[in-house]
Amino acid sequence: MTEVLVTVRDLKKHYPVLRGLVFQRRVGTVRAVDGISFSISRGETLGLVGESGCGKTTAGRTLLGLYPPTSGSVTIDGLEMTRATHKELLAIRRKAQIIFQDPYASLNPRWTVNSIVTEPMRVHRLLSNDKERSERAKDLLGMVGLNPRLINRFPHEFSGGQRQRIGVARALASNPLFIVCDEPISALDVSIQAQVVNLLENLQDQLGLTYLFIAHDLSMVRHICDRVAVMYLGLIVETAERDELYENPLHPYTQALLSAVPIPDPRKDRARKRVILTGDVPSPINPPSGCRFHPRCPIAMQICKTVVPEWHEAAPNHWVSCHAVQ
Amino acid sequence: MIMESTSPNQLVALNMEGLDTPPLTLSQLAWRRFRRHRMAMFGAIVLALLFLYSFGGSLVLSESYANHTDTSLRIMSPSAEHLFGTDSVGRDILARTIYGGQISLLIGLTAVVIETFMGILIGALAGYYGGWIDSLLMRITEAMLNIPEIFLLIVMAKFFGGKIPEIEFIGRTFSGSVIVIVVIIGITSWMYLARIVRAQFLSLKENEFVLAAHATGTSNVQIIFLHILPNSMAPIVVSATLGVANAILAEAYISFLGLGVQPPTATWGNMLDGATNYLESAPWLWFFPGLLILLTVLSINFLGDGLRDALDPRSRAI
Amino acid sequence: MMTTKPVLLEVSDLRTRFHTPEGTIFAVNGISFRLHEGETVAIVGESGCGKSVSMMSLLKLIPVPPGEIYSGNVKYRGKDILQKPEEEMEQIRGREIGMVFQDPMTSLNPVLTIGRQLTEPLRTHLGMERDMANRRAIELLQMVGISDPERHLQDYPHQFSGGMRQRVMIAMALACAPSLLIADEPTTALDVTIQAQIVELITKMRDMLKMAIIWITHDLGVVAGMADRVIVMYAGYIVEEAAVDDLYDNPSHPYTIALLEALPRVDRRRDSRLKSIAGSPPNLLVEPHGCPFAPRCEFVIERCRVENPALENIAQGHSITCWVDVKTGKPR
Repeated sequence: MTEVLVTVRDLKKHYPVLRGLVFQRRVGTVRAVDGISFSISRGETLGLVGESGCGKTTAGRTLLGLYPPTSGSVTIDGLEMTRATHKELLAIRRKAQIIFQDPYASLNPRWTVNSIVTEPMRVHRLLSNDKERSERAKDLLGMVGLNPRLINRFPHEFSGGQRQRIGVARALASNPLFIVCDEPISALDVSIQAQVVNLLENLQDQLGLTYLFIAHDLSMVRHICDRVAVMYLGLIVETAERDELYENPLHPYTQALLSAVPIPDPRKDRARKRVILTGDVPSPINPPSGCRFHPRCPIAMQICKTVVPEWHEAAPNHWVSCHAVQ
Repeated sequence: MIMESTSPNQLVALNMEGLDTPPLTLSQLAWRRFRRHRMAMFGAIVLALLFLYSFGGSLVLSESYANHTDTSLRIMSPSAEHLFGTDSVGRDILARTIYGGQISLLIGLTAVVIETFMGILIGALAGYYGGWIDSLLMRITEAMLNIPEIFLLIVMAKFFGGKIPEIEFIGRTFSGSVIVIVVIIGITSWMYLARIVRAQFLSLKENEFVLAAHATGTSNVQIIFLHILPNSMAPIVVSATLGVANAILAEAYISFLGLGVQPPTATWGNMLDGATNYLESAPWLWFFPGLLILLTVLSINFLGDGLRDALDPRSRAI
Repeated sequence: MMTTKPVLLEVSDLRTRFHTPEGTIFAVNGISFRLHEGETVAIVGESGCGKSVSMMSLLKLIPVPPGEIYSGNVKYRGKDILQKPEEEMEQIRGREIGMVFQDPMTSLNPVLTIGRQLTEPLRTHLGMERDMANRRAIELLQMVGISDPERHLQDYPHQFSGGMRQRVMIAMALACAPSLLIADEPTTALDVTIQAQIVELITKMRDMLKMAIIWITHDLGVVAGMADRVIVMYAGYIVEEAAVDDLYDNPSHPYTIALLEALPRVDRRRDSRLKSIAGSPPNLLVEPHGCPFAPRCEFVIERCRVENPALENIAQGHSITCWVDVKTGKPR
């Protein structure tokens, strides 16, 4: 059970900022992901949380090679992605899949559900003919809670929650081991979110899947994840097991983040102490020096402005990069 | 708008009502929208009639009749025997407009096939791959845009004139100059479509369903032609439709300059050329071919308008 | 509590529908409620429940056609505003009633400077001269926590972040010190920490200006800390209305209960699967018959499918539309 399936080491994804019409000069760099490391064990759900601009979506997509990494390494099921041959990469694509946030944009509007769900099977030459593949597609639809008879319909005939389920069916089509869930429920209504999350959990139990769950909804992350990593401006600032992170957050950003999450309990919500951060999230083009959080940090010290804090294990299996935490 | 709840299309899936009704494809929705556009339907009907006239008319009047000269009958105004009158060498204008129409329309259609094919190929590759491929292809496109069509025409007409053999098609023999015209119009008109297709690809390739295809492991070629291209059809169809009108006009003014298809083969364009000396004295020489060109171009434009509205996914009136 | 203050807004049996090629969408199906001065009422529901359409109807911002407010009246300070002509409505909007919407990028005009957009209501409604309006605009920007406001007057919306744009929207809404602020999902598109800032800002402004607020959201968490009363909507109906503590302590409508049970908690250890609501969102193209929640309700009885329950009081300040007592499972 503790076998590691996914290892990410010092992954970076930078985008150049170019100016000029004819000859483009590089005037800056967007450091969307600036050196993150983590690992995910088989059967585990790792949550990757942070606010917009922190780089979590870019991290998820770069991990799968959808965006070519600037540097760093990603190993999935023993295969190192950056040094993989074309054939090996195709094999990884079968084992590692992704579910997207936007149920309206992630399905080709001109394809039938059948084509969408059988595409992975065709690309990886699973099963021997189209008929068998369609049969399997129908099974997958049933597995995600949709009526198999809808297989020849088009995406626009489905609601957001249903389209998301189609996306899940597609992700399952190649029998993957690992699925990156890129904010899969953010665009859905509350009651539908619960349905989709329950579905993901059921599938995990049934099929032994491993998830990287990228989200900004901290309540949902607490519910579904085993371990959680908090990102800020392209870096991971804290990682811990689920309850440990929520009950004992060490990094000031995590603390502020958690205190800002609304609680549907009026007395509790009124009674809590809020850490309200000032200012907006700075841009990833010019991250602050030293600890990137220092301009907004309520307990920033002199050293925070100049020295990047070390990533260390402050409590058992609880890692932080912050000068104030020992 | 404000409403975000279920739309009727989604009802089918949600409530399992009418599970046996056939799926409503996007094309069917588009057709419904198109039907409501009266100008477009009018254009479509007129265009159909024009095709009927040109291709059906050949069943009534023969080509030899259209080319039959009789100088004793020259420049006669419209009469019972010659409904559109006769031209400067005594040929029946009505018959000539029929056969001329065939050529003009055919030139329009085939030129569009060439330009659409080239436009899609170049636009798709440039938009999808970006980088130096895009730069190279776009510089070529811009270079072509700067070359005047007439200049190219003159050069190619001089160079290829007489060297391309005749071809047989639908029972008629077309001189090599027709092919030259078609090719020239085709290779001087693809640039507009290429830019449009490139723009479509630039925006569509960032869509999540394309990313999903990458994640699945789908090859680039399949992504270009099976994923992105079907979603770019709207501007391509509209462009191709309007391109037919442009090609017909192009043929008209090429021929009017005397560089196009040479008589005795008739085209609407060279009939106009033949009327230059008789503009006031024998208006029927230019009136009928001109009217036909006008009707064709207008109806194609109406049709194109309707198609554009019907295929625009933003007008989700249905 | 707040009931001693005078009634600012009284909505009675408001009904709105939209005529579309596929049929009539019954978006708002007879809602009634009262808002007192200085009170904060939250209207909660999922997409399609009619919460936004109700507010747009109230302000007569529904496009007519295809929309139609076909029944009910809305009394603002005792006068029915639905009957008022457009010119008078323009006086009320912005001056008496301020509005903040969800997406500040589309509510702000991208080609006009912030200063221009801020001073417009001041000059139109309050008749201020340009210099005075500019000074007031600077004050407003400061009030909403934008530093260096003078410089920002010349900026365009795209130069601001989401949180800042929302602050500008709030400044615009509050420019004429309205008595009522209608905020339609003002923080939904914002990050959690920015959301906390904006909520704090609005409550501060509310206390300062003694404003009433109608806060529309789908987020039952945001509301808990800042509302006085909560109204829950489903399929164009009000299904439950209560004082905020009461709603969370004793949710009495099956939909409210289901909604609360579907929420994960950031402050509690996970104990079980989330309870999801069976079935799918309501079909608004069908004229309502019986209780709209019946197909998905776990407490449903025969009467629910036939007769739509009316809003009834079950406790002090707490009403629901339901035939069943959820504590016992028996008809009330």
